[in-house]
Amino acid sequence: MTDLGYDAAHMLGAVVLLMSFALLYQRRLFSLLHVFTMQALALAATAAWQAFSHDEPHLYITALLTLVLKAVVIPVALHRIILKMNIQRTIEPALGIGLTMVAGVSLVTLSILLVLPVTEDATALTRENLALSLSVVLLGLLMMISRRNAVSQVVGFMSIENGLILAAVGVAGMPLVVEMSVAFSVMVAFIIFGIFLFHIRERFDTLDMQKIESFRGESD
Amino acid sequence: MGFVVSAIAFLFVMAATGVAARRLPSVPTIVYGGSAAACAIVVLWAAATLAGGGGVAEGWVLPIGLPWIGTHLRADALSAFFLLIVNFGGITASLFGWGYERAHRDSHAGPVLPLFPLFLAAMNMVLIADDAFAFLVSWEFMSLASWLLVLSTHREEGTPRAARLYLIMASFGTACLLLAFGLLATAHGDYSFDAIRAQAPSVSAAAFCVVLVLLGAGSKAGLVPLHVWLPLAHSAAPSHVSALMSGVMTKVAVYAMIRVLFDLLGEPAWWWGGVMLGFGALTAVMGVLYALMQEDVKRLLAYSTVENIGAIVIALGLALVFKASHTPVIAALALTAGLLHVANHSLFKSLLFFTAGAVLTATGSRDLGRLGGLIHRMPTTAVLALIGSAAISALPPLNGFVGEWLLFQAILNGPALPEWSLKIEIAVVGAALALATALAGACFVRFYGIAFLGRPRSRAAGEAAEVGAGMRLGMAVPAALCVALGVLPTPLIRLFEPAVRLMVEAGPFDDRAYQPWFWLAPTSAIGNSYNGLIMLAVIALLSVLLVLVIHRRASDRVRLSIPWGCGFDGPDPAAVTQYTASSFGQPIRRAFGSTVFRARDEVEMPEPGDTRPARLTVRWTDPAWALLFTPVGVAVDRLAERANRLQFMTIRRYLTLMFLALVVLLVMVAVTQR
Repeated sequence: MTDLGYDAAHMLGAVVLLMSFALLYQRRLFSLLHVFTMQALALAATAAWQAFSHDEPHLYITALLTLVLKAVVIPVALHRIILKMNIQRTIEPALGIGLTMVAGVSLVTLSILLVLPVTEDATALTRENLALSLSVVLLGLLMMISRRNAVSQVVGFMSIENGLILAAVGVAGMPLVVEMSVAFSVMVAFIIFGIFLFHIRERFDTLDMQKIESFRGESD
Repeated sequence: MGFVVSAIAFLFVMAATGVAARRLPSVPTIVYGGSAAACAIVVLWAAATLAGGGGVAEGWVLPIGLPWIGTHLRADALSAFFLLIVNFGGITASLFGWGYERAHRDSHAGPVLPLFPLFLAAMNMVLIADDAFAFLVSWEFMSLASWLLVLSTHREEGTPRAARLYLIMASFGTACLLLAFGLLATAHGDYSFDAIRAQAPSVSAAAFCVVLVLLGAGSKAGLVPLHVWLPLAHSAAPSHVSALMSGVMTKVAVYAMIRVLFDLLGEPAWWWGGVMLGFGALTAVMGVLYALMQEDVKRLLAYSTVENIGAIVIALGLALVFKASHTPVIAALALTAGLLHVANHSLFKSLLFFTAGAVLTATGSRDLGRLGGLIHRMPTTAVLALIGSAAISALPPLNGFVGEWLLFQAILNGPALPEWSLKIEIAVVGAALALATALAGACFVRFYGIAFLGRPRSRAAGEAAEVGAGMRLGMAVPAALCVALGVLPTPLIRLFEPAVRLMVEAGPFDDRAYQPWFWLAPTSAIGNSYNGLIMLAVIALLSVLLVLVIHRRASDRVRLSIPWGCGFDGPDPAAVTQYTASSFGQPIRRAFGSTVFRARDEVEMPEPGDTRPARLTVRWTDPAWALLFTPVGVAVDRLAERANRLQFMTIRRYLTLMFLALVVLLVMVAVTQR
């Protein structure tokens, strides 16, 4: 049972990380949203599996929250925003795809090198999980800076939050209130982002950050 | 202790009165009278405490300030001595200020009345602070109060620049002191002076601390090259405030140096005093050379303060090296010389700034080139200014002479030190101090001769009238003390002996069984002694003889006058042909200024037949600006320019910067964890 629990948790975490990589090379907004949904599904599965294998029922609530918010509400809402605002559907990368992938792989290496020696006295599952979630956070940051589109930056931010929740469910004993507050902050951030997206578009008629930056009298 | 705290509280009340009842005509009288009364109480308390053999052993802890720490207050013998100096200066400045304010009612000037008692209170608070936090807060409070007082003349040209420079340098000084106390408090974080004393800092921490204190307190005292703000700010303030800043506030900075270097840091290393000696000598010589180049009376006096601070710092450096070499009796002699010079300088510098204020009131000018002949118009001021000038030039039997005499006695003990480098340095410093003293004499001959002798150089100087009674009284008190302390210095030295004993654990008169009160013969003065009474009698006798001889021999003779006296003769000679301030300074400007200040005289002589006047242009560069402040300013500007670009980046750039910083930090952690 323990071996199976470890392997399954490891695999689900790896899927979340894989989805982070997949987010990095998407060229279209809708496929970006699909990948993000899949990442949220993988995350919810991880939380549920942890709840089952460690017999911690409150993680079911986390899983449910993730499922509802991240996998349903946010993607659907973003989908509607994109349709409603008639945003250009392609994403212009500021960094080449190949280069981004290389950077992503080195970030994963960095987080493994960082986490494994630091947490030598922790259980194997916790260590692996921390390394995975740190990778997801760093990849989300990388996504935010390597894309010019505002929507993709929002998605990058959300995937950072996914990394945090992954860390939270992996570490035994993390109280529910932490996860609740993370979830809540994601919700608030999403609302704020949505309002900002509307306002930016109303004002500048575009969501392409490069064009918005040109309004400030400068450009990349 | 209670007297000091209640006097400070009373000064705050006076400040509030100054704010609340600004419009009432009697308010200046109340505020200045109240300040003088508060200062007088502290003076009496400090004198009684010192005469009783020391300060207060038990301090007070007031429950204000940082929570759980409070404010520690204590006045030991050293504090009591400086309280005496500061508050005596406060009394005379209040007296003079009362008359000055009435003569100088300028509706456009900023408020002085509320700030003057605040400034006095702040200086008192610095002196009784017994923990680093209270000390720093009071110190900054003192800086800000004096800064606001400087700004009260904000409509005069040059004041805004002076005030800005002062603010920058004051912040710099406080920052240095903050770091110094941070080093002293170390890991325990206990900022009370008792706790700092209890644990000796490490060698490197002590070294840093010495440098930081010399920077922090030195910038306030006016150590070259950190002196640049001092002449500008001190001369820009109203005259009684200038006297306080120059005569008294610099002494608070000296107190800070003594407190940290002699008391808090514990056993000194030999090089601390060496550094102080070097900077003291540089300050003394440069200060007086600057003073000789000035045309502005108050600026001249302010540069002369820089010179005197140099002499005091030399005395402190000597005391420190002798303390480090375990010869406390000689250290006591040097520290006595330093403290005596502190007292002397506070007296005659206040006096001279008051005379400058009186001259400014009477003529409306601070420019030496527009004064002259004031001895006929303002006889009292002229006599008092003469006493001040003679005292600051260290002429016997005035108090300046006693201080310098003691200082040279300490310098002559230099060969008693084990380190050869210090022996040689002290010889060089002694020579530099002698040079500075002689130049100070020249400087004050120039000041007095140009301002008070000769003929008026402007209409205003010709029509000047003597100032009012309050101002004259404010000048007469320090002048009388200059004479009294010069004739009888021993009682004052006896009075502050507990302070010296506290700092170097020896007194200046140790191993002398009998020491009469009119005789000054310190133990380590190698058999030399000074008796002011004999000196006074001899000088009086010689003066009488000289006057008699001159009147007998010279006045009765028939005098022949040459028909053309360089255009100076005649019924109403144009005063423009007489010797001017810059002609007086020219020999010294040529001898020293050409190398130190790169001074150049350019004479523009018109062709024969041309009716244009000939023109003499004197150019000189200030080495402190040219070598230190301008390059630093340029560097700061350039850095600010660089940093300014960070303000105008795109969001993605900011995110990238943060991301890179995060990755770099993580890599550092990953590498160092290995």
